Amino acid sequence: MNATIPAEPTDRTDAPLLEMRGITKRFAGVVANDGVDFDVQAGEVHSLFGENGAGKSTLMRVLYGFHRPDAGEIRMHGSPVTIGSPADAIRHGIGMIHQHFMLVNTLSVADNVALGLPSSRGPLTDPGRVSERIRELSETYHLRVDPNAVVWQLSVGERQRVEILKALYRNVALLILDEPTAVLTPQEVDDLIAVLRQMAQDGKGLVFISHKVREVLGLSTRITVLRHGHRVGTLPASAATRDILVEMMVGHALAPERAAVATGEALSDAAIVGLTPAAGQAPPAPAVATTPPRLVVRDLTVPGDRGTDAVRGLGLEVRGGEIVGIAGVSGNGQRELAEAISGVRRSTSGSIVLDGTELTGANPARARAVGLGYVPEERTRDGVVADFSVAENLLLVDSTAPAFSRLGFLRGREIRRHCQSLVEAFDIRTPSLDTPTRTLSGGNIQKLIMARELSREPRVLLVAQPTRGIDVAAARYIHERLREQRARGTAVLIVSEDLDEVMSLADRILVMYEGSVIGEARPDASTRAEIGLMMAGIRPDAANAAAAARATT
Amino acid sequence: MSQFFTQAILTATVASGIALATPFLLASLGETIGQRSGVINLGLDGIMLLSAFTSYYVALNTGNLGLAVLSGVGVGFLMGIATAFISVTLKAEQGISGIGVYLFGLGLSDLLFVKLVGTPLPIASLPAFRIPVLADIPILGPMLFQQTLLVYFAFLLVPVVTFILDRTTYGMKIKAAGENPAAADSLGVSVARIRWSAVLIGCSMAGLAGTSLLLYDGIFQQNLTQSEGFIAVALVYFGAWTAVGVMGGSLLYGLVAAVVLAWKALGIIPLSASDLAATAPAVLTVLALLWVGRRFRQPAVLGKPYERGE
Repeated sequence: MNATIPAEPTDRTDAPLLEMRGITKRFAGVVANDGVDFDVQAGEVHSLFGENGAGKSTLMRVLYGFHRPDAGEIRMHGSPVTIGSPADAIRHGIGMIHQHFMLVNTLSVADNVALGLPSSRGPLTDPGRVSERIRELSETYHLRVDPNAVVWQLSVGERQRVEILKALYRNVALLILDEPTAVLTPQEVDDLIAVLRQMAQDGKGLVFISHKVREVLGLSTRITVLRHGHRVGTLPASAATRDILVEMMVGHALAPERAAVATGEALSDAAIVGLTPAAGQAPPAPAVATTPPRLVVRDLTVPGDRGTDAVRGLGLEVRGGEIVGIAGVSGNGQRELAEAISGVRRSTSGSIVLDGTELTGANPARARAVGLGYVPEERTRDGVVADFSVAENLLLVDSTAPAFSRLGFLRGREIRRHCQSLVEAFDIRTPSLDTPTRTLSGGNIQKLIMARELSREPRVLLVAQPTRGIDVAAARYIHERLREQRARGTAVLIVSEDLDEVMSLADRILVMYEGSVIGEARPDASTRAEIGLMMAGIRPDAANAAAAARATT
Repeated sequence: MSQFFTQAILTATVASGIALATPFLLASLGETIGQRSGVINLGLDGIMLLSAFTSYYVALNTGNLGLAVLSGVGVGFLMGIATAFISVTLKAEQGISGIGVYLFGLGLSDLLFVKLVGTPLPIASLPAFRIPVLADIPILGPMLFQQTLLVYFAFLLVPVVTFILDRTTYGMKIKAAGENPAAADSLGVSVARIRWSAVLIGCSMAGLAGTSLLLYDGIFQQNLTQSEGFIAVALVYFGAWTAVGVMGGSLLYGLVAAVVLAWKALGIIPLSASDLAATAPAVLTVLALLWVGRRFRQPAVLGKPYERGE
């Protein structure tokens, strides 16, 4: 019935199902994949493991024809293939389940499954026959879905099953799953893993992209770890342990030379710290302990975009004169936490208090008024108005302040003087005050936002992803400024997915996992591997927990 | 008022309402297909004008109404190529480019009319086609079955468009392109190709709509459509992006327009108020749109160009 059934991998048993050699992919100068090798045998689950931004999804989107690689070769069954579009990938028997569902919500399950395939009835759809085949596949793989249901009626778990059915229906030889468990409940994850095992037994090759150690260890035949776009190594699952994988992910023990490169910036930062007396590497703990907490978050619950709670009963405190870093793998509620504190996102329960002032449910203007400085994660989208000039963005939130406006008219000369001094003080590299902000580099936009926020002399400073995507020099400058704020007695809270950054900056590290703080660490007392374990969802042992408890009280 | 409620007048009013609804129906059916694929075409009225003029010019010079119809559709198709190129290939902002196409059609049809025709002469109108047997049914016959071939064709397209959208693989691809183009793309469906074809169909039908309007009036004049193409776009919303809904909206508009015409002719509406009364169909449509509009969801990516890997 299906004219495009790809050949089963029987032509050459010695050649692997898939070989990718030296895949390099750059985006606007950023190298997402750097000469990555990857292969998959028929009948195995080969996991791609690594932090967010390590290049896992990019590698697979290259394979599926969404991106064209800048260099490298792809072979299927030993012969080179060119994959310029998803249509090519499908022709070669490749299927992909994307991080976000690729379903047409207004069509039925059967229509979604059959979309793009020739129908047995020529130009007419054949929902009866498609449904029948879906039922057979559902039976074989225990994937309960009503073929006649319309997709918008389905639960998240059911939609996931439809995605798998789409691949099974096309009889793919190789199936890529990009973070397929991210939106599933634990029970649904177990069901999914059972289906994937069965598909592997049936001779299909599977690529499983994940940053969750437990799932990777439980499912894989082999595991390849990526870090910063490089392949760190490939090992059989039988030889892998939690510790080994986490170390490879965060770049510690197994690849010391690479880790040195990756943490080079952090090391030089440490050197700067050593030269700056105001910001000693070991924080003056007693001084911090005596100041009352400036930011107190209690039992905070914040809904995410998908309707489930992204932050679940989280509590934290930040004192004046300390930097608290929130570490964790992306998507564990960090973004929602930052948005709730800044007033952009509503919390459903719990409280946020800044210097004794209740901020729960406040809007961003009020949060600013009581002394919060906020540097958002998506700096060009949420931090500046990209089409406004540098001066306009520097002024943005203060346009009604008496110093800059009189009777509703802006005071041009005062504004320019103020902006000029900020541009100089913060070393913002811009041709002029009137340059559109979107033309500046990421580092200079971040400096602009920092200049605006710090000029308001905040009592609490919240910075999300302080240096993500920023060049080394600008990143170092921003780190210096953050330490300077600490020295001035500001309570600084940073959220970062870059563990190196958190370890070099923070006095205390809180690790977020699935919406709450799973553990606390001190950069001088904990290893990267210990923190990495917490990031993967493994609670610190009782001794560590006790130490952390002593440290906070 | 009593002179309106006679069998002859009522029958004639309904019959003319159906005829008046036909250009709207053709244009909005085509626009339904285009919008389902994710492309909104605000240049519809301009395309109708260009096609109407072309048909007029061909009819005037050849006297061949069949050729006039074909040339009207052909001009619609050509304008479809321009529209699809701008909206799909160049990924322009569709609201703005649509207004541009409209102004182009409005201006060019007027210019050509003045330069090529000068003194307007009426052309032969499309003859009514009596459907054997059915046309002789009392009341219903004169209302429904003594219309022109274009009217029958337009109403026949309603089940055809419904069938295409709901029962064919092409229809599924159109809906997927308008709801989740990334999903269609990930399954190897070319979103650009689907949208191109939907726009070409929609614009060809807009061309036919312009021609049918001309053949109803029998003569061309500046701004013949009087912005009816924009009403046709609104009717797509009114009809909740379904062929049957669009037909309902077109009939409502046509019938109200016919009643206004009849009342004017009978003197029920005084001459002084006739301009005001002429706005009744549009006002009614807008009111109905407000009432109906929010109940249905438009295609999820209507008006948004598709970019792979956004």
